[in-house]
Amino acid sequence: MPRPKKILNDPKEVVPELIDGLVDAYHGKIKKLEGAGALVKTRLSKKKVGLLIGGGSGHEPLFGGFIGENMADGAACGQIFAAPSPDIILQTTRALNQGNGVLYLYGNYAGDNMNFDIAAEMAAEEGIATKTVRVWDDVASATHQNMQDRRGIAGDLLVIKIAGGVSANVKDLAEVYRVTCKARDLTRSMGVAVAAGSIPETGEPTFELPQDEIEIGMGLHGEPGVSREKMLAADTLVDRMLERLIADLPFQAGDEVCLLINDLGATTFMELLIVNRRAHQFLGAKRIKIYDTIIGSHCTCQEMSGFSITMMKLDEELKEYYDMLAASLGFSKM
Amino acid sequence: MKKQSLTLDETRAMFTHVAQEMVSKQDILTQADKAIGDGDHGIGMTRGFEAVLQKLSQGHFDSVGAMLQNIGTTLLMSIGGAAGAIFGTWFRGAATSLMDKKIFDSEALAGMLTDGLSAVKDRGNAKPGDKTMVDALEPAACNATAMKGHSLEEALSAATKAAQEGLEITKNMVATMGKAKTLGKRAIGHPDPGALSTYLILSLMTEYLLSGNS
Repeated sequence: MPRPKKILNDPKEVVPELIDGLVDAYHGKIKKLEGAGALVKTRLSKKKVGLLIGGGSGHEPLFGGFIGENMADGAACGQIFAAPSPDIILQTTRALNQGNGVLYLYGNYAGDNMNFDIAAEMAAEEGIATKTVRVWDDVASATHQNMQDRRGIAGDLLVIKIAGGVSANVKDLAEVYRVTCKARDLTRSMGVAVAAGSIPETGEPTFELPQDEIEIGMGLHGEPGVSREKMLAADTLVDRMLERLIADLPFQAGDEVCLLINDLGATTFMELLIVNRRAHQFLGAKRIKIYDTIIGSHCTCQEMSGFSITMMKLDEELKEYYDMLAASLGFSKM
Repeated sequence: MKKQSLTLDETRAMFTHVAQEMVSKQDILTQADKAIGDGDHGIGMTRGFEAVLQKLSQGHFDSVGAMLQNIGTTLLMSIGGAAGAIFGTWFRGAATSLMDKKIFDSEALAGMLTDGLSAVKDRGNAKPGDKTMVDALEPAACNATAMKGHSLEEALSAATKAAQEGLEITKNMVATMGKAKTLGKRAIGHPDPGALSTYLILSLMTEYLLSGNS
């Protein structure tokens, strides 16, 4: 395969350069700590439980782009597709702790789990309380029985939205943890890819996919998915994805959901709208009420072409936090 | 005459050799990881061992344990991802019983591998058969323990051979940990990249020992 054409300088410098670009875009609302990858809000509300998100880079605007008002307070950003190291997480933790502890919220991957756990142990040695919520929304990545083996994908955004809301309102780490877990437990996603993304430093595609095939269950890092099939029409594809999502929770007639149609990097807004149209038809026929719809590039994998669908079931408590205004570079709620 | 042990300076030279050569293995590790993971293992290990090279050239180490701990912390902080946590934890764990040790002999090797192994297992909860670096490190640690009291050359050769066999066996395994776990049977036929790195590290230690540089 030919190397993808990308707008880069030195490929080894992509992470520091994207972080500088991110900080510049925030116009002083966030700052970079010493050591690449640790980003925090410039002004923190007093006594707030810190909301620390993070993971590998290359998925922008996730994670750094979700720092903001009623969103995350800081982000620990690793190298491309690699979890941040414990020192980056610990630095961010120290900066966010205001005496009420810090909630770690990230996608469920072995690397993130180990590095955040090491950081949590180091933070505990310094007397900083932390709690951890791992997002495991990708229904294609493991069975329902093995929920804790599932990967975190675009559902990260919806859980961050809720956690940002609750941590802005409630100054108790255990309570922020409880509501964030509930949001996580009511969130399901599934992705498909039609073309691979690549690793900027090597230019290598993260997987090979024949021209006329589609990968169902594609991961957010380009890890191979669960099955490959011939290309399908958008409506057929959406129906199959939604059937699987609905059966998994399960979502039922009368439920209210937030629907997120997420581009994995190179799928056009036009295609997302076509997907969204079918999702509304399909869920309408199932009498599942769509409380709100989010469409766009939120959790990406370079120039990977494809999309994911996420649904979060909202109860009255989650609606209260979902409805709060939010402002960040990558997502705002008006 | 088989090499019995290494002085601290020789030990530093051995790990310098390992670090230099690991950097040059980037493409091999990238290809191995691309087959069943996300393809970043080579880049991460290169970043980690470049940082280790710098530490080894600058630092002063008054024991084998201090050197291993420093290598581990450097790997942990510079690689990131699962590899950083695992290889960092291996070398940091490896230092446990060697903080007063001034030579690298078969006893130090056994400590480095068994204590490192147990730290890695605690951190990542991997068991043998999960298609991880544990499948190379565990047999290496067993052989090294059995060879305690023999020459370093014999012990290290035995450990390296066991790691190589362990690596080969990972080709037949389905992954149950990490990003390869969703592949199911599609992972069969490919070695685990972490097991490959583990074998490479041990084989480069052996290479240094047999090269006559020591």
